[in-house]
Amino acid sequence: MNKFILKRIMGLIFLLFGITVVTFIVIHIAPGKPTDLEAQFNPKVSMEARERISHLYGLDKPLAIQYIEWLKRVVRLDFGISFMDSRPVMQKILERIPITLTIELISIVLILLIGIPIGVISAVKEGSFYDKFMTVFVFIGFAAPTFWLSLILMDFIGVRWGLLPISGIKSLEFEKFGFLEKAIDISKHLVLPVLVSAFGGLAGISRYMRSSMLNVLKQDYIRTARAKGLTEKEVLYKHALKNALLPVVTILGLSVPGLIGGSVIFESIFSIPGMGRLFYESVMARDYPVIMGVLVIGAILTLLGNLLADISYAAVDPRIKLE
Amino acid sequence: MNKLTVFGLCIVGFFMVIAIFAPIIAPYNPGQIDIKNILTAPSYSHIFGTDSLGRDLFSRMVYGTRISLMVGFIAVGIASLIGIALGAMAGYYGKWVDVIIMRFIDIMLCFPTFFLILAVIALLEPSIINIMIIIGATSWMGMARLMRAEILSLKERDFIYAERAIGASDLRIIARHLIPNAMAPVLVSVTLGIAGAILVESSLSFLGIGVQPPTPSWGNILSEGKAVMGAGWWMMVFPGLAIFITVLGYNLLGEGIREKLLKS
Repeated sequence: MNKFILKRIMGLIFLLFGITVVTFIVIHIAPGKPTDLEAQFNPKVSMEARERISHLYGLDKPLAIQYIEWLKRVVRLDFGISFMDSRPVMQKILERIPITLTIELISIVLILLIGIPIGVISAVKEGSFYDKFMTVFVFIGFAAPTFWLSLILMDFIGVRWGLLPISGIKSLEFEKFGFLEKAIDISKHLVLPVLVSAFGGLAGISRYMRSSMLNVLKQDYIRTARAKGLTEKEVLYKHALKNALLPVVTILGLSVPGLIGGSVIFESIFSIPGMGRLFYESVMARDYPVIMGVLVIGAILTLLGNLLADISYAAVDPRIKLE
Repeated sequence: MNKLTVFGLCIVGFFMVIAIFAPIIAPYNPGQIDIKNILTAPSYSHIFGTDSLGRDLFSRMVYGTRISLMVGFIAVGIASLIGIALGAMAGYYGKWVDVIIMRFIDIMLCFPTFFLILAVIALLEPSIINIMIIIGATSWMGMARLMRAEILSLKERDFIYAERAIGASDLRIIARHLIPNAMAPVLVSVTLGIAGAILVESSLSFLGIGVQPPTPSWGNILSEGKAVMGAGWWMMVFPGLAIFITVLGYNLLGEGIREKLLKS
């Protein structure tokens, strides 16, 4: 057990190190320097001034030295200061993470609550009309572009019918509301983003659940369970479902990067002040410290997601020995 | 073949024909501005209506098909080259080569791909070529893993031992024998990859950091559609449908090939 945890931690440290190397290389090897943009739109900036900016950010030193200096700060979670508003990058990211995580968590819960039953029923009724209908639905879910879906929902539900707000997470008069009104206001703002965010993942989970369930139903122990005279209900929901649910834990862990990546799109469409929108804004402004910070934090969140999935998998499946 | 697969194949073929014969199919020049006909609804003369500069939406979408498919194909081509080469090397040479490549893949998979793509685009000009390279360079990991797994099981087979016994070089064994035999599952991932690349390109173009106007792409037409939301539903509905149907087509085709492979 201890050996397993130690190995896991060593692996994590290696991956964290790799994440910083890749982030650094991506930003520094690509042509185009951060100093270009500060000078680019301003012809008055002389070569001398550019060099001064370079020197200020340490960009005139050899890459390896720059990396080590950057890493030393990153280890302390100090990503420097944003070009845009001179605030610490970490502070900007920390402000934005809760809203993104809230939306992701609600969508994951929604995906599980809807996706698992869809998949299980499809598997149990394999080949039926319901199964075929759901297969088609799943393909539609896979193919519908998130941003298109957001636009259509915004146009109809938001603009035409005026049922739900389409921008931001709170109304203008938010401060005047009481506690309950505030809660209702925020939930109303979150309905569309959460729906859009959950829709894509729904297809994946229900498909996965279906094949996992089909796989389990073919196992010997299911035949045994039927042979010893258990009711179909007991076979399906006590024996099969429990086993079929296990691999879904892994898939959930693997879907974290996709969900975080997708946040860029719906957060910019719905003007939600989350991490995705922060990233989009800093990309548009070429705010390098923020870009690097969000890349590293996004990757760390993914790592945590995977770790959590591994641990819970080991916790629920006694066949997996921690070795 | 299953009905859904045939349907997928039809969709894929349909859009290929449109892309190839774009100049013949498009009734107008896609860049022609007509300020007398701004944002007109679909009619006989403009079957998909016109955009906010009076350009014929149908013609722009026909040319957009070319861009979207080209980006999809070339991006996936690049991803396949990287994925197949690295996966084959990892599987064939094993030991430290395998360790290095697989660890690198682990690291790459930690990043939300879309973040990585955006970060690189921040540094480069968002030209079509750059977009294809960036999408390709960030989406090869799955293919490399598949290739490696296939090669691992293939390299212990008798025909490979025979090849080695007659003194074939490593390169020959990998390129002539292992890779062709391992291609089947990779083909599934290539087909699904095209769908993915088209989605990513249209998302980028929609966000304004992909294909740049006036070059039409489904994504950037949608982005113009967002700007006139409420005033021109056709600007939002048609390009979205095109992306949706194309992606659906490649997904159906990919799933069809996968099922075929599982059976045989």
